[in-house]
Amino acid sequence: MKLWILVIATIILSFISLFIGAIDIKISDLLDWSSDETQIFLISRVPRLMAIILAGAGMSIAGLIMQALSRNKFVSPTTAGTLDATKLGILISMLFITNVTYTQQVIFSFAFALVGTLVFMQLLDRIKFKDAIFVPLIGIMYGNILSSITTFFAYEADLIQNISAWLMGSFTLIISGRYELLYVSIPAVILAYIYANKFTVAGMGEEFAKNLGLSYKVVLNIGLILVAIISTTVVLTVGVIPFLGLIVPNIVSIYLGDNLRKTIPYTMLLGVVFLLICDIIGRIIIHPYEIPVNVTVAVIGSAIFLIMLFRGRAYAK
Amino acid sequence: MIEIKGLTKQYGKKPVVEDVSVTIEPGMITSFIGPNGAGKSTLLSMVSRLLDADTGEVLLDKNDVKKWKSTEFAKRVSILRQANYINVRLTVRELVAFGRYPYSKGRLTAEDNRFIDQAIEYMNLKDMEDKFLDELSGGQKQRAFIAMVIAQDTDYILLDEPLNNLDMKHSVQIMKILRKLVDELGRTVVIVLHDINFASVYSDRIVALKDGKLVKNGPTNEIINSVALREIYDMDIPIQEQDGCRICVYFNSHTTS
Repeated sequence: MKLWILVIATIILSFISLFIGAIDIKISDLLDWSSDETQIFLISRVPRLMAIILAGAGMSIAGLIMQALSRNKFVSPTTAGTLDATKLGILISMLFITNVTYTQQVIFSFAFALVGTLVFMQLLDRIKFKDAIFVPLIGIMYGNILSSITTFFAYEADLIQNISAWLMGSFTLIISGRYELLYVSIPAVILAYIYANKFTVAGMGEEFAKNLGLSYKVVLNIGLILVAIISTTVVLTVGVIPFLGLIVPNIVSIYLGDNLRKTIPYTMLLGVVFLLICDIIGRIIIHPYEIPVNVTVAVIGSAIFLIMLFRGRAYAK
Repeated sequence: MIEIKGLTKQYGKKPVVEDVSVTIEPGMITSFIGPNGAGKSTLLSMVSRLLDADTGEVLLDKNDVKKWKSTEFAKRVSILRQANYINVRLTVRELVAFGRYPYSKGRLTAEDNRFIDQAIEYMNLKDMEDKFLDELSGGQKQRAFIAMVIAQDTDYILLDEPLNNLDMKHSVQIMKILRKLVDELGRTVVIVLHDINFASVYSDRIVALKDGKLVKNGPTNEIINSVALREIYDMDIPIQEQDGCRICVYFNSHTTS
């Protein structure tokens, strides 16, 4: 796998993404600064592209960090309850604060994402049977419990429709002014790169990390905070995008290994390329309407995940 | 110098290590031996700070190991445990490079690379330095981890049963390398061993534990005799000399309890 191929793929797909949609926009239209096409381009298409890039890069890196720190190839924001905890946080903020502000929602969902993931990591620490496939199954069950709690209280409070909007990952509603929170994930990803060596060392276990003089607990907590930041920004703006943080880091790991300093750029770009492809497919199939991206990601992603499960058991151990 | 003074560790009510005091002599191989559950690994964990002692202290150069800064400690003492269970996909060279982490924090200098090259050369891993660890055999993997510890450049190298899961050939290989590390590079090796004969043939000093207590501590030839071994293992073990090495022939021994 070459980095420049991923860079070129990202550029080409970005270009395609900018020029498909319900309204036909030609490059020549953009020369006229005041045309409707330019307005749509700037208000809808560019923000959408930015959102895809940030969410794709962010979710893949979040997954990569979680897999390193949990020392399990199948742990990701989808399979560790992180995304479900984030949703629960949003619901709680709506239940307990009347006229909840955006900032309050962000804080609540961040706190829940962090605590929710922390609880799962503690759970992981306590169970004896650490099978590569058993662990994510526990994570999925745990996520479903959180999800049921969310659904129950949302039903009680008549917020079901509101909540299912968060549930559905989609770039359809991304317009300028509604996605800027995603930019918070940029410093998180940069920090992840700075901490890459520490995450790799921590990924070899607490004793191993201690031998090299690394403060394991500090690194673990920083990693989980980064994961919570990224998950929160993505869920609040785009919604839940399943599988991305699971399959992208694994594909990169098969070819390049687990040295995060080396794999982070590849993981980031592959995540962007994968999400761009899924979004473009969703926009083409029933043009001029759209299939939400979480559906296309789930269909393609679950297929890849199954292949990984069947063929990759030996690799994941 | 490492001094262990009155170390005690309890799990619940059961003492695993009880009031053990030993001085680790520099420039030698010291083997920790004893029956299962004697507390050998626990003792080694406390010496290397992986585990906190309940009472007692471990001194490195007269200073309590708990008071050492973790990076400074990592430049003096390294420990290797259960290396075969690490499932991270790194190449041999990447793994060895992490031995320089206490010095470089991952930004390798020319000096770091020199240490890495030397360690790889020393362990005969040059032709497989770009292979992933999961593509190696158990013996090769163990050598890669020892190369990492060599690159870490510590005076003290602590190893917890490094021969586990290795066949005869690779076990001998590893022990010969440890011997070389001591004789040629002047390192101090402390090793938990299950096989009494590897301890007898390769170590300078032996520390014997039983039920968490220190029962014997001295030069190898003072420990490898039938009287001392009965006290440690509750077995009558005949000793045979072979080319100046004492071999314990315990396979057919009468067991007393």
